[in-house]
Amino acid sequence: MKLKLSESDSSKLAGESGPAVQMAMSILVRMAEIRGAKEFLSIVSSHIDSALYIGDSTLDYAERFVALGAQVCVPTTLNVAGVDHHGWDRWAVPSDWAHKARRQMLAYKNMGCNPTWTCAPYQTEERPGFGDQIAWGESSAIVFANSVLGARSERYPDLLDICAAIAGRVPAIGLHLTENRVGQVLVRLDSIDKKLLLSDEFYPVLGHHIGKLAGSKVVVFGEAAVVPSEDQLKALGAAMASSGAVALFHWVGLTPEAKTLEHALDGRTPETIIKVALRDLLEARNELSSSSSDRLDMIVLGSPHFSLNELKALVPLTLGKKCHQSVRFLITTGRGVKLLAEEIGLLETLLSFGAEVTVDTCILTTPMLPSEIKSIMTNSAKYAYYTPGLLKREVVFGSMEECVESAVCGKVTKNHRLWLF
Amino acid sequence: MTSIGDRVRLRSERRLRGVVVIPGSVTGKLMASKEPLSFWGGYDIESGEIIDRKHQLSGKIARGSILAIPGTKGSSTTTAVLLEALIKGTAPLAILTRGVDSFLALALVVAEEMYSKSIPLIALGSEEFLSLESGSNVRLEEDGTILVETLRQ
Repeated sequence: MKLKLSESDSSKLAGESGPAVQMAMSILVRMAEIRGAKEFLSIVSSHIDSALYIGDSTLDYAERFVALGAQVCVPTTLNVAGVDHHGWDRWAVPSDWAHKARRQMLAYKNMGCNPTWTCAPYQTEERPGFGDQIAWGESSAIVFANSVLGARSERYPDLLDICAAIAGRVPAIGLHLTENRVGQVLVRLDSIDKKLLLSDEFYPVLGHHIGKLAGSKVVVFGEAAVVPSEDQLKALGAAMASSGAVALFHWVGLTPEAKTLEHALDGRTPETIIKVALRDLLEARNELSSSSSDRLDMIVLGSPHFSLNELKALVPLTLGKKCHQSVRFLITTGRGVKLLAEEIGLLETLLSFGAEVTVDTCILTTPMLPSEIKSIMTNSAKYAYYTPGLLKREVVFGSMEECVESAVCGKVTKNHRLWLF
Repeated sequence: MTSIGDRVRLRSERRLRGVVVIPGSVTGKLMASKEPLSFWGGYDIESGEIIDRKHQLSGKIARGSILAIPGTKGSSTTTAVLLEALIKGTAPLAILTRGVDSFLALALVVAEEMYSKSIPLIALGSEEFLSLESGSNVRLEEDGTILVETLRQ
């Protein structure tokens, strides 16, 4: 069936709402045709990844919209940017890069977006509600909004998220539609020890493993003996959206579209069943490290951006300890979370331990790391996945406890405690 | 639009038919993988090298070849990376996918809109996609016809 435009869609496309809306709508219509959409639907929120500076073309694109008078027409948050707006010069960011990245940040602010500059906007006030139609960018935020909040977003790539926010309309396809939200791949965790299921380290490892197998399918985690925390689900989703393209998962008995297994699968038989064995997880965990050396230059925590609860969990681990002088300890988070942490006095302990905090960006999206940093340790599967290729540095994956222990010793120290049976 | 004026004659050709997502005609060598790729963190804008160290094609230079991947995965910044590579001249000559990949399509739609510049993007059926082999010479035509030179054993 051919794409049907409403009267107001057609008028936007014809330029009756101005040239910026026209440009946004014409890109959306091309994409709707390519995807075989039948119609458009309205959104109530957008989260923009396009503000990330990649090069001249992404800056051109932003400034073209601004020159055409673009304004977003729904509440819109901004993802990580190309620099820490106020703190970039403490790092190795070339000033030409910083200048262009800041110009691109300014362009999106000028379009009326909320300068949250975080990949985890849902950790502060911006949480869409159940069933809300939204157009979100940032793979880890999309999977969280769809799965944990039950909002409805397709995977919006950079360049398209802003079109949706300007036009307020998106093609009615994919995860916007009820029929595409039904579980396809069932993951069974029956053989996994409860001690592992309860640990934070389990979730990024599980996500890395499942993402590779599930691709872009809707994943259902069957009845499990535990109720994962929001941060654990955040880590799980981000990992599946790095090794794969998972944009929606259900956790039976916990996430809103999975009251029961039957509910999550809509009474159907899953296309595939994955029975997770401990050896799969050990393999996935090994894969997340590119090096087996104990050299350590920097610990980086916070991809997706660290939440207030993660900061709270980190504080007692660092209390009374000192980060080794040869190791830098970096936490990447959003302005909102940093402010809350300051207010309740969390930052003081972390800073006296030797930690540094960067906001607005992360190590993957800004060239901030000095050249002497060659080996990084992290508890994030997303950082671990992208570091070797993007940053050309070695990476070691470990739990938050192991990261702190290693920072104190000045070399990678893994106790493997969790994984020994 | 890239195009080759003189039609190179390919030895023992196989003819495939794909769905044209972004039209164009070009001749080149195929670089094929069965694994999806995130261009962000997987494609170097400066050189066109595949830099996802967990990917089959890691270390290969895709610039100047016809890249065949099932589709994209991972980051939503894949589109911006392909757009920037296209402007810098480090993009592949064309991309073949299994089914329509909307991330790649978007980058090329925006490249057309902004710079009147693009590369062909053709979607293939599963079986035809799986028949593609690295190293074959291929010719893409405007209507989605793909002529593949059969590799000699």
